[in-house]
Amino acid sequence: MNFESELKKGNFLISECVHCKKIVWPPSEFCNQCFKEVSWRKSLYEGKIIEFSKQNNNYFCLVEIENTIKVMGKISSGIPNVGQHVKIERCGIKDDNYYFEMSLI
Amino acid sequence: MPKVGIASCGITKFTKDDSKIESVLLKSTKNLFDNSPNLSRNDIDAVLVSTNNNSKYLSAILSEMSGIEPKIAHSIESLCNSGTNAIVSAYSYIASGLADAVLVSGAERYDSPGQILEWDNSRGEFKHPIFWASIFTKAYKREFSVTDEELAIVPVKNHKQSQNNPNALSEKTYSLEDIINSKKLTDDLRLLDCSRPCTGGASILLASENTCKKFTDVPIWITGIGQKTTSAGFTKNMSFSSMESTQIAASTAFKMSKCNVKDIDVAEVHDAFSVCEPMALESLGFTDKGKGIDMIKDLHATNNLKINPRGGLIGSGHPLGATGIAQTIEITQQLQSCANKRQIANAKTGLVHNMSAAATSSTVLILER
Ligand SMILES: [Zn+2]
Repeated sequence: MNFESELKKGNFLISECVHCKKIVWPPSEFCNQCFKEVSWRKSLYEGKIIEFSKQNNNYFCLVEIENTIKVMGKISSGIPNVGQHVKIERCGIKDDNYYFEMSLI
Repeated sequence: MPKVGIASCGITKFTKDDSKIESVLLKSTKNLFDNSPNLSRNDIDAVLVSTNNNSKYLSAILSEMSGIEPKIAHSIESLCNSGTNAIVSAYSYIASGLADAVLVSGAERYDSPGQILEWDNSRGEFKHPIFWASIFTKAYKREFSVTDEELAIVPVKNHKQSQNNPNALSEKTYSLEDIINSKKLTDDLRLLDCSRPCTGGASILLASENTCKKFTDVPIWITGIGQKTTSAGFTKNMSFSSMESTQIAASTAFKMSKCNVKDIDVAEVHDAFSVCEPMALESLGFTDKGKGIDMIKDLHATNNLKINPRGGLIGSGHPLGATGIAQTIEITQQLQSCANKRQIANAKTGLVHNMSAAATSSTVLILER
């Protein structure tokens, strides 16, 4: 899939339905509302923290991107807060898993 | 709709044994036959197997090993609520007239592949269930000002209750300090907050009204069924401090059974992690939002077994495909007044809450004497 080959290169693409004017997530070839083909664009690489916790010394968080997409990722440094804005610093696929690393802004 | 009832049950002890899935299935099926002297193999029209195990055509295998030649035989999988999904399928076969008696057998091994959801990439590298449980716990504590110490009452209560369940995995009680001092998995979750995967089997025989009475003097009727799947991905949940799918499933089940939450004398709720019990109690309507812990504190202090009398998933262990069936067996025994030391006096109406995939899917069953 287009999405995964780009994610492997560190690019976070978003599938959007031109007809419904809606983001389709998880990424898919077809809109989940009308089944028309989606178009792809680069994400704004910004989101906000919905919730977070910590394992050992690493914070992990649930982040909402463009008010629609929610993903789990790591916080690279600093102490997060709910509602705080973050930037996706790095993303990709490692050991068959997606990963997202965010920094606080 | 024609009446569908529970005619017999069978169960195994929940363990950490390295048993073959086929042998776990056979064991609880044998126990079911042992418990129903009037049941013959020819009475069974369908054999449904509930499991997350990757083995193929287990219902045909179980049928052959049990000497049954059913009309209908297939597996049912929907992660942690496979068991109640299989019961709902059995109900539907009977209600539609396609079958008169259906054997539902659930089994899982301690190393079940149903624990890690590979498809759900929105979880990034955080695919183990402890991560969604940590997010739920943190969100619940934040929204309702609940502490870790308060949540720790859930495992204290459920391990305590499981000591009267001869099939439970748990073999001891724990203090609040034990829970708080158990291994820290994340800032919001400790080892003893978790139900444990295990090896175990549970079987149930469903039948039409007249057939039920051939096999038992005390049939228990399934009078309400509610199910809802809101998504497959954990991050698609709209709330992380309540269970939307549970709320919808409960309202459907209550409507079908024409009763309400005040009529429920005993319930098994899906306490996969400590936080799930208060959240489930709130979403099922037993108490207001944020008040689940108060209800649990009260039950624990008064030794009231109303919620999770067999010890829930935390005390009993969680063999995914068998869990929903084991919950239903517990409520059946309660309503038949044969739950021994776990018995809730005069229980007439009971509820089963079984969910999967971080509360994105729920089943609620109402059972009546
Ligand atoms: Zn569309």
